Amino acid sequence: MSTTRKRVYGYLAEFSSASTLYKAAEQIRDAGFQKWDCYSPYPIHGLDGAMGLKRSILPWFVFCGGCAGLATAFALAYVTQVEIYPTIVQAKPANIFTVPAFFPIMFELTILFSGFATLFGLLGLIQLPRLNHPLFASKQFHRATDDGFFIAIEARDPKFSPQGTRDLLENIGGKQIELVEEED
Amino acid sequence: MASTTDSAHPKLQSSVKLPVLEREKLILSGRSYHWITERICGVVENRQPFLWWLLFLPSALIAMIGVGGGLTYLVSTGVGVWGMSNRVFWGFDITNFVFWIGIGHAGTLISAVLFLTRQNWRTSINRAAEAMTIFAVICAGIFPAFHVGRVWFAWFLAPIPNANAIWQNFKSPLLWDVFAVSTYFTISLIFWYLGMVPDLATIRDRCKPGLRKWAYGIFALGWRGGNRQWSHYEMAYLLLAALSTPLVLSVHSVVSFDFATSVVPGWHTTIFPPYFVAGAIFGGFAMVLTIMIPARFIYGLQDLITMKHIDNMAKIILLTGTIVGYAYLMELFVAFYSGAIYEMDAFKYRIAGPYWWAYAAMMSCNVLSPQVFWFKACRENLWVIMIVAMCVNVGMWFERFVIIVTTLARMFLPGDWKTYSPSAVELMTFVGTIGLFLALFMMFLRFLPCINIAEVKWTKLESDPHFDDIEEHPDPGVVKIPAYQHELVETKS
Repeated sequence: MSTTRKRVYGYLAEFSSASTLYKAAEQIRDAGFQKWDCYSPYPIHGLDGAMGLKRSILPWFVFCGGCAGLATAFALAYVTQVEIYPTIVQAKPANIFTVPAFFPIMFELTILFSGFATLFGLLGLIQLPRLNHPLFASKQFHRATDDGFFIAIEARDPKFSPQGTRDLLENIGGKQIELVEEED
Repeated sequence: MASTTDSAHPKLQSSVKLPVLEREKLILSGRSYHWITERICGVVENRQPFLWWLLFLPSALIAMIGVGGGLTYLVSTGVGVWGMSNRVFWGFDITNFVFWIGIGHAGTLISAVLFLTRQNWRTSINRAAEAMTIFAVICAGIFPAFHVGRVWFAWFLAPIPNANAIWQNFKSPLLWDVFAVSTYFTISLIFWYLGMVPDLATIRDRCKPGLRKWAYGIFALGWRGGNRQWSHYEMAYLLLAALSTPLVLSVHSVVSFDFATSVVPGWHTTIFPPYFVAGAIFGGFAMVLTIMIPARFIYGLQDLITMKHIDNMAKIILLTGTIVGYAYLMELFVAFYSGAIYEMDAFKYRIAGPYWWAYAAMMSCNVLSPQVFWFKACRENLWVIMIVAMCVNVGMWFERFVIIVTTLARMFLPGDWKTYSPSAVELMTFVGTIGLFLALFMMFLRFLPCINIAEVKWTKLESDPHFDDIEEHPDPGVVKIPAYQHELVETKS
């Protein structure tokens, strides 16, 4: 007898195509579920609406990153060239009027900081990297990165019920419905 | 356009059916999702063909001798071995720097600009082109880093004060260059890597448990392909594309500022930034073709990288090559029109001086050779395409040679006048970087998915969530996305 305790993660159901996944997603959205997700090998356009997801807030992170980059570059160039170490090179002045010569670096650092904000903002929003996930325990889930379309509804969703959710998934065309468990 | 006419003349619109043009398929033979996964992952998972070893081993050897050996000798002896004891101190090294950095630009153009303009054909080639960008920038970076002399002082380039509390000169194009190139490398790397995460997850999920699965798993970051991830991911990809587009234009503009902000005849021109950017894209596309046509053949990727892709790239080469040709002629015209004798003399020297052969090579390879792409037969013949691509690679190198060497060999003081020829170590390092580039690219083919699996799947018609019920979304008379809609209906019937 195994002594390992297992915790139920939720149901995983396979769908035959992007279209059936899309329609199923609309129904689960309308049934009022919150903790669930659609898995597909490629991004399905329009699925955000079918799942009732809001537009990503990532652009705000990137905007802040860009502003930080611009400010950093300006401060770096201005403070060093005008305040700390004023140098007159090629007759360019060492005062505020020299700012146009700083534009290229201000531009580059804006892009650089925005890029880092995109990367780290994305990783924060999608909560990666992580070493494991309960879904990886499923025997069929590896097909989500190949040619499988899945919906997983988590047990922590308030609307979740062992029988009702299973029936719902069956009714909307889910195949190979599987109860995914994680070791506690 | 469609939406404005829609609201203005609804009746007229419903009675008019717009003619629809046929569009060539991006994936041939109706390949399934699983076939796509198998074929692309197969490149990484199967034994490499003999041809791979035949290309990899010599490249790696050349890289070790040329770059490893050449640079060791340079560092242990001094920059004099790069011929920097005469006035043409920018000779080979900066020519090679500009050459390699230019190659990279096509990768960013394919991944970012074609993404923003919704050119779906980019999906089959963007991964390899981005890899090419990264490796080309690595090759490029070697030259200025070692050209500065004492390479252990290369940290002087970073914005920190040196031992004498002297700060960098932020007004100098050379420092702009440092920022532009390092930003370009970093952003390209982020773009390349983020684009690869879902595909690394695909490989991870196919591996048997073990070291390989663990390694791919680490780099795949635990990607699951859930739409809550895809949603943010697609936004990130869009943002990176939007950031890379102005970045790629800025990088070669800044490189051209190294020349254009000087007062040297032949360099001091406002046409340089657009001319350099067009040339970079031109040369980069030629390099993409040079490496993709053999790779497509070796790994049997003809159904994914179709003749349509190659045709499109040939057309871009024709377009950018013609822009470059215009720039060459405009340079001559402006030199004549300026009435400045030094300017005129600089160009006379380029065309008819001792470097006339370099100028002739540049003109014939860059301006004349791509003109064959006006003919469809030439765009369909892979041998012709390969020959033109090779010509362009050579021509673009000569372009930089012409700009740098012919100008520096005739500066204002006649005492500086020299006829330049590269030193053996310079040649060796240049050949070494070609080896390095190829070796890195072969390693990329060996270990990483060379085609964007997720995006290629996305271009299939059944990937559209309305594929099954196209009849339920009837055509209101206006065909919104004409060619695409037409394809959908046709495949269904």
